[in-house]
Amino acid sequence: MTAFRTQLSATQGFVERNWALTRRYIGWEVVWIVYSTVSTLTIGLIGVDSQGIVGQERVLYLLIGALLWSYLSVLFQIMGETVAWERWEGTIEYTFMAPVHRATYLMGQGLFGITYSLIRTGIILAITVVFFDLDMSKANLLGGFVVLGIASFSFMGLGLLAAVLPLISTERGAQATHIIQGLLLLMSSVYYPVTVLPGWMQPLARLNPATFCLDAVRATWIGGAGLADVTPQLLSLLVTGIVLVPVGVQIFQIGERYALRTGKLKRNG
Amino acid sequence: MSVALEVIDLHKTFHEDDEENERTWYRFWQKRPQRLITAVDQISFHVKRGEIYGILGPNGSGKSTLIRLISTLLIPDGGTVRVLGKDAVKETAAVRRMINRVSVDAAFFKKLSAMENLSYAARLYGLDLKEARSTAGVIMERMGLPAKKWNSPLENLSRGQQQKVAIARALMTRPQVLLLDEPTTGLDPQSKRDVQEYVLEVQREFGTTVILTSHDMDESARLCQQVAFIVDGKFRVEGTPTQLLARYGAKDLEEVFFAATGKTLKTDDEEVAG
Repeated sequence: MTAFRTQLSATQGFVERNWALTRRYIGWEVVWIVYSTVSTLTIGLIGVDSQGIVGQERVLYLLIGALLWSYLSVLFQIMGETVAWERWEGTIEYTFMAPVHRATYLMGQGLFGITYSLIRTGIILAITVVFFDLDMSKANLLGGFVVLGIASFSFMGLGLLAAVLPLISTERGAQATHIIQGLLLLMSSVYYPVTVLPGWMQPLARLNPATFCLDAVRATWIGGAGLADVTPQLLSLLVTGIVLVPVGVQIFQIGERYALRTGKLKRNG
Repeated sequence: MSVALEVIDLHKTFHEDDEENERTWYRFWQKRPQRLITAVDQISFHVKRGEIYGILGPNGSGKSTLIRLISTLLIPDGGTVRVLGKDAVKETAAVRRMINRVSVDAAFFKKLSAMENLSYAARLYGLDLKEARSTAGVIMERMGLPAKKWNSPLENLSRGQQQKVAIARALMTRPQVLLLDEPTTGLDPQSKRDVQEYVLEVQREFGTTVILTSHDMDESARLCQQVAFIVDGKFRVEGTPTQLLARYGAKDLEEVFFAATGKTLKTDDEEVAG
């Protein structure tokens, strides 16, 4: 009986420990709840759209969504988590006291992010095409990759805006970055057309660079469209890229000055 | 001898959470109460070119904050820092080209090797990669870090070995002013001696100006031409070790520190904002 009571007490200990940790990391709990909610809503919205296209075209539609989301997430994470990662490693002060312009630092990160994400997406695309035995003979693959390349600048810009958050608030900043990423997923045409979204969300989704990117890539990879056919989306992506990248660098520099005034560059973790 | 570093009326405060307890769920949504901490309090001093200047004080006295202010990693609330005539706030890029820093925690990408970390640093400082690697190799060899360790992940190296790589990283860039923030804290006696000897050698050979923070009085007496005692963000006393020993009739700097500040260096409270 005593042994049983000891085990019971230990069980209670584990429950209490986990509860205390959950309370300590309540910010991350909010992040995971938002993420799970977004995923659930996304799956639901795929169901709402199930009356639309069918067969192999639907498989391709969803695969392109998944593929592009993976591409954009990796790029966004490389940009958005730059600061959080360096702070965790403890190298942030060394990087920031080097005689390097902040735009150079961010562009270096972006260049790696784009190259890495493009290679990764190419590999996953090849595997999925073989796995599902997809007919890509009509696809304008190169055109799709050009769209991706152009869209990357918009996502670099969004990543830069997100990167400033861990700079000004160590833990909550990193949490906010994940939430932004989740909302970008929900409010885009990753797995369904924008028209499936609730009315109030549709104007926001139409401003999302991911939506332009997905529409254009689907047109090239499913419909075999040429770059001229997706000019409106390309122009929108160019404009958002041209605006977001310099704005992102500027805001990052403002965030850096705040961190230098308040002593927030210090190592964490 | 011209001045390498000028610090005039430097002042830095921080806002810190004013609660002992960890955050609880209901406080997540609220702004926590804060208190004002003065980490550096109207400090003025200057360091001549080629001099080793020691800043000595217990943990939490403001040493690291002072080093961060000089190394452009903090913006002061008031006062001026000039490195070889360049203002650390207004001419940050110029100052960054002339300085480098070694901190108490050898901060690296720990999964990368010493050479990979050093190559990255060389790129940031626009150095010729081959030349930089060769310079770093000479420094690491001189400090007794065997070549077979240069390509191992840094996480597999001891703290003393990591600190030697950190010193190679800083000196590879040939800084005119080198900031050493407790570089030998926690090192074994042999590594400590290796680092100290190399610091003296660098000063002799290259005329590098060194600012050294420490709470090791023997180390400071051995290395520094000038020392200052810092307590609660203020400089209490400044002079050459010989002058200070004579002024207080003490047998070592520890006694001088106690006589000048009424405190010992055994204090183990947390560093204030670095």
